[in-house]
Amino acid sequence: MSFPTFLFYAFAAILVFAALRVVTTRNPVHAALWLVLAFFTAAAHWLMLRAEFLAIALVLVYVGAVMVLFLFVVMMLDVNFDSLRAQFRNYVPVAATVGVLVLVEMALVLLGSYLKPGSAALPAPAAGGNTRALGLLLYTDYVYAFEIAAVVLLVAIIAAIALTHRRRRETRYQDPGKQVKVRAKDRLRVLGMPAEKRDG
Amino acid sequence: MNLAPVAGFFGPAWPVLWTLAKILVIAVPVILGVAYMTYAERKVIGWMQVRIGPNRVGPLGLLQPFADVFKLIFKEIVVPTGANRYLFFIAPMLALGPALAAWAVVPFAEGLVLADINAGLLYILAMTSIGVYGIILAGWASNSKYAFLGCLRSAAQIVSYEIAMGFALVGVLMCASSLNLSDIVRGQEGGLANWYFIPLFPLFIVYFISGVAETNRHPFDVAEGESEIVAGFHVEYSGVTFALFFLAEYMNMILIAALTAIMFLGGWLAPWPLLNSDTVLGFAPFGDGLPWLLGKMAFVLLVFLWIRATFPRYRYDQIMRLGWKVFIPVTLVWIVFVGAMMQTRFAPLFH
Amino acid sequence: MTHALLPVLPEAVLLAAACTVLLLDLFLPPSRRHWSFWLTQATLLACAAITVATAELQPLHAFGGLVVDDMLSDFLKLLSCVAVSTMLFYSRGYLAVRGLFRGEVLVLTMLALLGMMVMISAASFLTLYLGLELLALCLYSMVAMHRTSNAASEAAMKYFVLGALASGMLLYGMSMVYGATGSLDIHRIARVIHAGQGNGTVLLFGLVFVVSGIAFKLGAVPYHMWVPDVYHGAPTAVTLLIGTAPKLAAFALTLRLLGVALAGLEFDWQGMLIVLSLLSMVLGNVTAIAQTNIKRMLAYSTIANMGFMLLGFLAANLAGYSAAMFYVVAYVLTSLASFGVVMLLAREGFEADRIEDFRGLNQRSPWWAFIMLLVMFSLAGVPPTLGFYAKFAVIEAAVGAGFIWLAVAAVLASLVGAFYYLRVVKVMYFEDAVDTTPIVARGDNRALLSANGLALLLFGILPQPLMGLCVVALAQSGFL
Repeated sequence: MSFPTFLFYAFAAILVFAALRVVTTRNPVHAALWLVLAFFTAAAHWLMLRAEFLAIALVLVYVGAVMVLFLFVVMMLDVNFDSLRAQFRNYVPVAATVGVLVLVEMALVLLGSYLKPGSAALPAPAAGGNTRALGLLLYTDYVYAFEIAAVVLLVAIIAAIALTHRRRRETRYQDPGKQVKVRAKDRLRVLGMPAEKRDG
Repeated sequence: MNLAPVAGFFGPAWPVLWTLAKILVIAVPVILGVAYMTYAERKVIGWMQVRIGPNRVGPLGLLQPFADVFKLIFKEIVVPTGANRYLFFIAPMLALGPALAAWAVVPFAEGLVLADINAGLLYILAMTSIGVYGIILAGWASNSKYAFLGCLRSAAQIVSYEIAMGFALVGVLMCASSLNLSDIVRGQEGGLANWYFIPLFPLFIVYFISGVAETNRHPFDVAEGESEIVAGFHVEYSGVTFALFFLAEYMNMILIAALTAIMFLGGWLAPWPLLNSDTVLGFAPFGDGLPWLLGKMAFVLLVFLWIRATFPRYRYDQIMRLGWKVFIPVTLVWIVFVGAMMQTRFAPLFH
Repeated sequence: MTHALLPVLPEAVLLAAACTVLLLDLFLPPSRRHWSFWLTQATLLACAAITVATAELQPLHAFGGLVVDDMLSDFLKLLSCVAVSTMLFYSRGYLAVRGLFRGEVLVLTMLALLGMMVMISAASFLTLYLGLELLALCLYSMVAMHRTSNAASEAAMKYFVLGALASGMLLYGMSMVYGATGSLDIHRIARVIHAGQGNGTVLLFGLVFVVSGIAFKLGAVPYHMWVPDVYHGAPTAVTLLIGTAPKLAAFALTLRLLGVALAGLEFDWQGMLIVLSLLSMVLGNVTAIAQTNIKRMLAYSTIANMGFMLLGFLAANLAGYSAAMFYVVAYVLTSLASFGVVMLLAREGFEADRIEDFRGLNQRSPWWAFIMLLVMFSLAGVPPTLGFYAKFAVIEAAVGAGFIWLAVAAVLASLVGAFYYLRVVKVMYFEDAVDTTPIVARGDNRALLSANGLALLLFGILPQPLMGLCVVALAQSGFL
């Protein structure tokens, strides 16, 4: 077994284990962290396929941003997962039957043609790295799809703000502009008063 | 230097050993740098506030950092009741790991870099973005309200400022047309006037301030906020575990300084190309090289300290306002501006 | 040689206008909100005009095959613009009294339309999927827009979760097809399959997932669970949007995926569609009988109608496709009018969404009772309304393709359906009004709704021009 093959199996084992722990662990924070590990190992696989842009983007976007926000929410929720799990157990027999059936079915059909050792060689790395190659494709051939994807994100922003933003009357806002513009005479009035003498 | 005989001696283990040696050559000076950064911080702020600063341990107090380190090492590690033990201990490591790993792609001089990868800038962004896990987990695993508040503040702050920081870097990569940090420095060759801080001045400022916010430094240190939430996310940490957080914070600070120097201040390049031709015995003492990078980093770090000594702490909502409503729009506008200017006859100014 | 960007000009105009309204609306006081409204309407008009003006007889590909501009897409885009514009006219008053007449609703409506247009003129899995997501995301958030309503939040949650699941399935199926054929371009996939290349097993698996995803989006049984809850829980204006124009886009999606890309697997998907169609027609019509809420009843009616549409589709020839297309167009027209009447009767604090709310409508307003009568006749398939001819066409297509038993089942199902549609008519005409509040509405709303109702009658009597348009559009787009 060559070193890359060994690495592949090592990462694959970690990935599968982490993914299993995501669904089996009791603590939601732990589950989120196992998911982070799964993302990392998936990124490692991509690195081995010379897709360094995708690998780093996965870490940057999913690990660095999405999962942080996810953890943020999970940590603040006080959900009793055991009560959820109790209901879950009721569905296990049905779910397991369906799951196993689908798995067996797919295995029967797909295994025959796919369990042969792969012969496909790695594609040659693109000149100047695949970041450049991806960028060139995205902004030329796929520019339309790229723009539509941008609109999807815009919709997400509009929807999130429209659904959560509410103007609270009781909140007091600070207006730095006004603060800076304040002059002493707006707040203070200097009165000229003659000194009073004490009698006697 | 011919290393072939040594390499032959170690056989197939040699590449691993050689890489380890290179890692040590980077990591040890960085850790030493952190030690003396703490000393410098106390001295500089002391001087700014007309005090003396540490002066007891060793000549001029120079051994003070080591005294602090030994004190921390010998202190007991207290695990709070109800804390999540595993995560409690993993958290400081997760804070330190990315801070160290990011140094892998930092070029110190021409060719002097551990991993000269094409997607270096992305790698840096990815590494700095996962440092936040240490803080979040520390806050959560401590089972303490103060720590939890600190970690929530910190997570929101870091995620927000990362966006502005990322956009500032987009400006840099537009100018350099490369994600490779060495190429970015090479793109600034030709003297002070070619350094990117001139065409990208707003991005430079945004990047630097976001860097301050990313490292949870003054005046954005609400995650620690001594006067409000005691010490924030690491309130329950003591001894070595605390030392690791401390190390991570300062290491990130030095990293931000190095990146600012590399991306906006010409990295290892001398401000005047003429200095390269001014040779003594075939060697240019003031030419391009590591000393210039270190000097620029020292300057940036000094500004970090200067800011800490000068400004009061921001309120939390003000931090968010600054990040989302000021920095992100500024960076976006400037990116569009740079892109537009590149289409005009002023394009050479932006390359 | 036309300009390369011409095929997407309507989309570009729409997007630019949506951004303009988004920004403009921020600075408008609530009393000037009608500016945003009229700007939106003007945009829809402009889009429709551009679509007509740039119509091409021959299919025109753009952006390296991501987009196609053919007669089919022009026709469906035009209808979508009209449907969305009508929906806005109908729902203006309804939204205003519920505090929902906001810029975001208008912008999201426009962006939803953009999603539909992208889907309609997509020639690649990538654009199909992106358009679908854009549309779905807008709809999810619009369902949830009524924040004080628990039913709306619940509906939005269900819609979102199930919709995401469906997208996942569709995407999974698409990626399998990509894996088997090595392309995302629908025409190239069709060529690869036609040439007998590509891994057959993987293709079949992909097809199963693609059909499941489509069935989810159409709301066909057994993937229909979301439809009643969403139709019921969403504000009626949003229900109207969900129930009309997106069906046109869903038709385009089905046609491009099954009718073009996977046309070579016709015999495989025909079988699946038979099951979906039969179950939808039977279950939709039977369950609708038990409903007391008219929005829920119309939801089950949608399920049944999608079954009828699939009935035409599974004939898999020009007659079948054009019958299905005619059916969708007829359904959209009828659906617009049905929810239009529901919204007309609604007022502040009163939804008019129970069947008993229609009691004695004839006494309150004979005209609106007549329009509702036309709508119900059309849904039930009573001649001479539009619905009759639509049902006739799909059943004829099914018979023509040899599915005689299926056609018989469809006739029986529509007989069951007639029962609950006619029950509404009975309630309107033969029961006494309890609620005698006068019906008030803006003039444009009344005029449009009347025209819409009469159109059901007009196209029912003279269906040939519309049917001819469907046939020509499909034939010119390469479905011969």
